[in-house]
Amino acid sequence: MDLEKLATNFQQKINEEIKIEPKDWMPDAYRKTNIRQISQHAHSEIVGMLPEGNWITRAPSLKRKAILLAKIQDEAGHGLYLYSAAETLGISREEMLEQLHTGKAKYSSIFNYPSLTWADMGAIGWLVDGAAIVNQIILCRTSYGPYSRAMIRICKEESFHQRQGFEILWVLSQGTKEQKAMCQDAINRWWWPSLMMFGPKDDESPNTAQSLAWKIKIKTNDELRQQFVDMIAEQVKVLGMTLPDPNLKWNTKKLHYDFGEINWQEFWNVVNGNGPCNKQRLNARIKAHKDGAWVREAASAYAAKKNQPQSKVA
Amino acid sequence: MNNLIKKYFYGDYGEIEEGGSNTSQENQWPLWEIFIRSKQGLDHKHVGSLHAADAKMAIENARDVYTRRLEGVSIWVVESKYITANNPDEAGELFEPAKDKIYRHPTFYKLPDKVNHM
Ligand SMILES: [Fe+2]
Ligand SMILES: [Fe+2]
Repeated sequence: MDLEKLATNFQQKINEEIKIEPKDWMPDAYRKTNIRQISQHAHSEIVGMLPEGNWITRAPSLKRKAILLAKIQDEAGHGLYLYSAAETLGISREEMLEQLHTGKAKYSSIFNYPSLTWADMGAIGWLVDGAAIVNQIILCRTSYGPYSRAMIRICKEESFHQRQGFEILWVLSQGTKEQKAMCQDAINRWWWPSLMMFGPKDDESPNTAQSLAWKIKIKTNDELRQQFVDMIAEQVKVLGMTLPDPNLKWNTKKLHYDFGEINWQEFWNVVNGNGPCNKQRLNARIKAHKDGAWVREAASAYAAKKNQPQSKVA
Repeated sequence: MNNLIKKYFYGDYGEIEEGGSNTSQENQWPLWEIFIRSKQGLDHKHVGSLHAADAKMAIENARDVYTRRLEGVSIWVVESKYITANNPDEAGELFEPAKDKIYRHPTFYKLPDKVNHM
């Protein structure tokens, strides 16, 4: 079959909502875009464990500690589902890690902000996981089969993350004056970075059109961001707290919330490595990988040794 | 038709990744495909894959990754390189013979109303 025919067949499958599977023919750019998006998504899950890991030993009760541990373990699992999905496109795990560690590959900028108080565990669960869920629910319908299946698995687990976060803030919002202030402060610090999680505006996001045509993306950044604002603007009322945006206002014509302008300079600053914790996060990942080297080698050596007598018989 | 599933090479990466390293595949733990029986009486179903040094570690990792919420009562693991798959480009011819044999389906037979629930 010639290339043009293959490309036509491919696009037809996409149009008919038939998933693309690993060994199917696909355009190189489709493969590349998926490798980039899935691997960076995987990196985000892994680096995303760090701001929360910061509070495991300081969780206010054994119950909260167990919940936080379970949540963070889920994120490790999410990273693994996604790395595996990316590997089906032909990139190796080692290569992806190398890209992360050398800074060639990005991860979600949100994780370059520090987690300063216990209330941040609540705000992260509610806002950061909440924003991730909005993104991920729609990605369950993405055209690449392994990515879509990973997303479905992840979405099943995410709802607990958001609910436990909201519950942390809910408890604080019912507490002392200091606890209420801590709750509001965490919301104030995490609100804008959460909005940035949806990425640049549509007119500044050059890959969007092609990604939509290939159904790698289903909705645009701005559509998803609006959906998130509408959801959170209502939920924050339940907490009796506010969002730090004087321009946030229900628009009766659009039937959506209007909201203020994101500080895009800050966004690009953090993307380009100059956020509050970029260095710290990357160093923590590299250190963990290096410190684990002897374990990986020992396990390989043990497996090889165990296999030896067997292979002689065979 | 001997078409092994190969998940461990492809040389064509995005612009950001271009000029990536030549990390060798040999020092990477092998890839395993994971199958889980969600409860007694059901088939094992493919759930995904993971890296592990040996079969025992693959099962333990699969337990941690795929059954954190009691999703399984039994795990099968098999090294990905041992799975043989048909070539999707030839799927048309491979499955073609089944296409025109509609008489294999119960709905092909029009029976009198009285016995049509058969
Ligand atoms: Fe996650
Ligand atoms: Fe999460």
